[in-house]
Amino acid sequence: MKYSAIVLAVLVVAAIAFVVAIARARAAQQGGSVKMHSRIGYYGWYAAIWTLLPALFLVFVWVVVEPIGLSRLIRAELPDNFHTLNAAQRSLIVGQIETISEGLSLLDPAGLDTLKKARLGFKPMSEAQQVLKDQGIVLGSAPEGYAVTAAVKLRDAREWSRMILAGLVGLVVLAGFAYSISSIRPRLRARNFVERVTLGGLIAASLVAILTTLGIVLSVLFETIHFFKLVSLSNFFLGTVWDPRFSAAGSGGAEGQFGLLPLLWGTLFISFVALAVAVPVGLFAAIYMSEYASQRVRNFAKPALEVLAGIPTIVYGFFALITFGPMLRDLGAMVGLNIAATSVLSAGIVMGVMIIPFVSSLSDDIISAVPQSLREGSYGLGATQSETIKRVIVPAALPGIVGAILLAASRAIGETMIVVLAAGIAANLTLNPFEPVTTITVKIVSQLTGDLEFDSPQTLVAFALGLTLFIITLALNVYALYIVRKYREQYE
Amino acid sequence: MTIEATSGIEHHASRLNDPAKLKTRYASEARFRAYGIIALGIALAFLAGLFFSIISNGWSAFLQSEYRLDIYLDPAEIDPEGKRDVTRFGLADYTKMARAALSKAIDLPEKQDRAMKRDLKELLSRAVDVQIRDTVVADPSLIGKTVPIWLLAAGDVDSLLKGAIDRNVPEERRQLNNRQLQWVDKLAADSVLQKRFNSGLFTFGASSQPESSGLAVALIGSFFMMLTVALLAVPIGVAAAAYLEEFAPKSFWTDVIEVNINNLAAVPSIVFGLLGLAVFINFAGLPRSASIVGGLVLTLMTLPTIIIATRAAIRAVPPSIREAALGVGASKIQTLFHHTLPLAFPGIMTGTIVGLVQALGETAPLLMIGMVAFVVDIPTTATEPATALPVQIYMWATSAERGFVERTAGATIVLLGFLFVMNAAAVYLRRKFERKW
Repeated sequence: MKYSAIVLAVLVVAAIAFVVAIARARAAQQGGSVKMHSRIGYYGWYAAIWTLLPALFLVFVWVVVEPIGLSRLIRAELPDNFHTLNAAQRSLIVGQIETISEGLSLLDPAGLDTLKKARLGFKPMSEAQQVLKDQGIVLGSAPEGYAVTAAVKLRDAREWSRMILAGLVGLVVLAGFAYSISSIRPRLRARNFVERVTLGGLIAASLVAILTTLGIVLSVLFETIHFFKLVSLSNFFLGTVWDPRFSAAGSGGAEGQFGLLPLLWGTLFISFVALAVAVPVGLFAAIYMSEYASQRVRNFAKPALEVLAGIPTIVYGFFALITFGPMLRDLGAMVGLNIAATSVLSAGIVMGVMIIPFVSSLSDDIISAVPQSLREGSYGLGATQSETIKRVIVPAALPGIVGAILLAASRAIGETMIVVLAAGIAANLTLNPFEPVTTITVKIVSQLTGDLEFDSPQTLVAFALGLTLFIITLALNVYALYIVRKYREQYE
Repeated sequence: MTIEATSGIEHHASRLNDPAKLKTRYASEARFRAYGIIALGIALAFLAGLFFSIISNGWSAFLQSEYRLDIYLDPAEIDPEGKRDVTRFGLADYTKMARAALSKAIDLPEKQDRAMKRDLKELLSRAVDVQIRDTVVADPSLIGKTVPIWLLAAGDVDSLLKGAIDRNVPEERRQLNNRQLQWVDKLAADSVLQKRFNSGLFTFGASSQPESSGLAVALIGSFFMMLTVALLAVPIGVAAAAYLEEFAPKSFWTDVIEVNINNLAAVPSIVFGLLGLAVFINFAGLPRSASIVGGLVLTLMTLPTIIIATRAAIRAVPPSIREAALGVGASKIQTLFHHTLPLAFPGIMTGTIVGLVQALGETAPLLMIGMVAFVVDIPTTATEPATALPVQIYMWATSAERGFVERTAGATIVLLGFLFVMNAAAVYLRRKFERKW
């Protein structure tokens, strides 16, 4: 029996409870001569919640607990030599058992018979494999006899588990239904109950954000700890060579070098170039728009700059790859510079353009928030507009502008698709902006795409890199938001 | 800060009356203004350059060279036993039939040597086999007849017609030889070979040949993901925003939630991908490459955007509305659901669309959860392997062939088109329902 069928049945009963409860409440009203505590609809919701919520909670518990119990069961079934295998082989066998048990329901009696005979040793296992393959269930290799036995056990246990669940859910639903319907009377505070549950739902929704952060920190941290069990801290944080090698199956593969420094350098170098483009352009654009531009120019230029922020980063990356990088290379060749098609410069400039709107729109808000009296005081002393901007407005808005720049920097450091396509993959420790470098994000992508073993340091290093990235950007964000908030308070 | 700034001006003021300095001061004023214009100009020029580059590279992807050939569906080859057995149809050599029809269209002699056969075959896409077979399977009564079918030209022929292959390159370094060029010119002159609207771009799945690869799998995958985001992120986001704005007491915990949401909005998207990989795939055991996992990751990613937008929309509803509702005896929850949320609805919609736009263009987290997959079959449920529009762009962008550059830019135009329509809808909603209180 599938979960979806159970949930669907519960929903149907809840709908019935809703209708029945409304009818009961109407009857209790006695044509309006009795005053009900709540409006009629609330009695319906009251019954529906009592029918639905406990049952759904039970199903949820089952979804979490069942796989754990079942995997215990299988492991108990397997022979002792299974436990001497390494993790990869074990997970392979467990996966095979899972596949076979799912396939069992598709087999006809003859197929099941073949499987049984193969399990008992009367027929070769390859025949069992063939029978399964005819039903579209492909196994990598012929299964062992115990795997088939375990698969049969697994299927039976799962069917039992679902039967028990269906029975329990039926009981809970009926109990909720009976209780809620029988408790409907004029003085029942149905609205208060429904509203308490609703408020609980709202609170739960706002906790999702907390859970997400917690999930990020815990999952990444957990895998990172796993990584540092295999690779030393100094190899990662102080290493200057990035050469993770490929993980050979079963070898443990800890001989690679996982130096963070070249990646960190590449990240910072590209971000620096990006900021060198975005800060002057974004700042001057913001100053021009808030202090000089006519309303017409503003109406056109502000949305146009925001378009830059709305373009997906993959589009910037593609642009850097096919147009901007080659263009820079050709320009460089004209003046005798040797610029690689994927270089710090091309990735940095394109990324700089991407973050212009982050600098400009926040700076624009901040500059506009500087009190008019400061401007007027400066004009009154005879200063020109540009002198006022340079000596009064920008200094007054400086903390906010710095906050905006830090936010932009955090964007640049965490940006992925532009650098994946336009920065190159070789980990270079170079000062030359015409050469390719690679970044933390690029390496996270390249270590995790493709089929990799999950327990190897080659894969786990991506989580260590992710944690580094998360901490750097988090620190920048927290500090920037703190500055911006403090600045806002200053003029409020 | 302000005091220092003003004292600077006072110091400066003593020199302000010097007429000799006035000229340089005005010049510096003009320069400063010019810097602003230049900065704005650089940003806008870059924007224009980007659009120009994408469109000039990609518009031709919406056209595809195809041959209109009269194919003789030979019963001896397709269905020798005459049983109309569909599984038998798959074994026939349709490429041979297409080649025969092509050679007839060029007026070549019946007897051909091996080199000639190869040259002919190279003009046809490898997908013609499937194209003819699908026609036969769809209507077996056509067997034995000669039917006109539009067949895909090879990628090189397509590139030649679009001017991407230089005819002046020496023959041995050119993708098509002189004889093939002659044939193509003849076919084009006879209108057998034409450029038609490329419907395959929207109906094909993944393929190793550019001419037979399309966005169907990516479009369906992106659709499922947007559906997941809309179904999960919107209710959760609105509920969270309503709680924080209307109910939350000012306490340490609500402060934590607030700071948290602001920070989540700025966490690099790739970190959400790591979360998805560790939690949804490794821990919860959901399938890799499935659009439901992509949808869940994007939901978590867009949640802060939707919460922040919804809070702003709820805050914009004047307190007098709430007070009036409470005054006539509504409870706080009733006030929220009957008055505040309906009045904030346009703002919530706009915020939702902004969140969906962000989710539709996001690539990096999807790479982490294995959406970089070669998926040929169009998925019908959200648990089957799929790709997404930006991921498809990434995959094509990293292929070397010239034909794929064109497809990549074409796919980018499609993506930008979707984003444009969604943004336009957001602007329209804002204009239409904007209310001044």
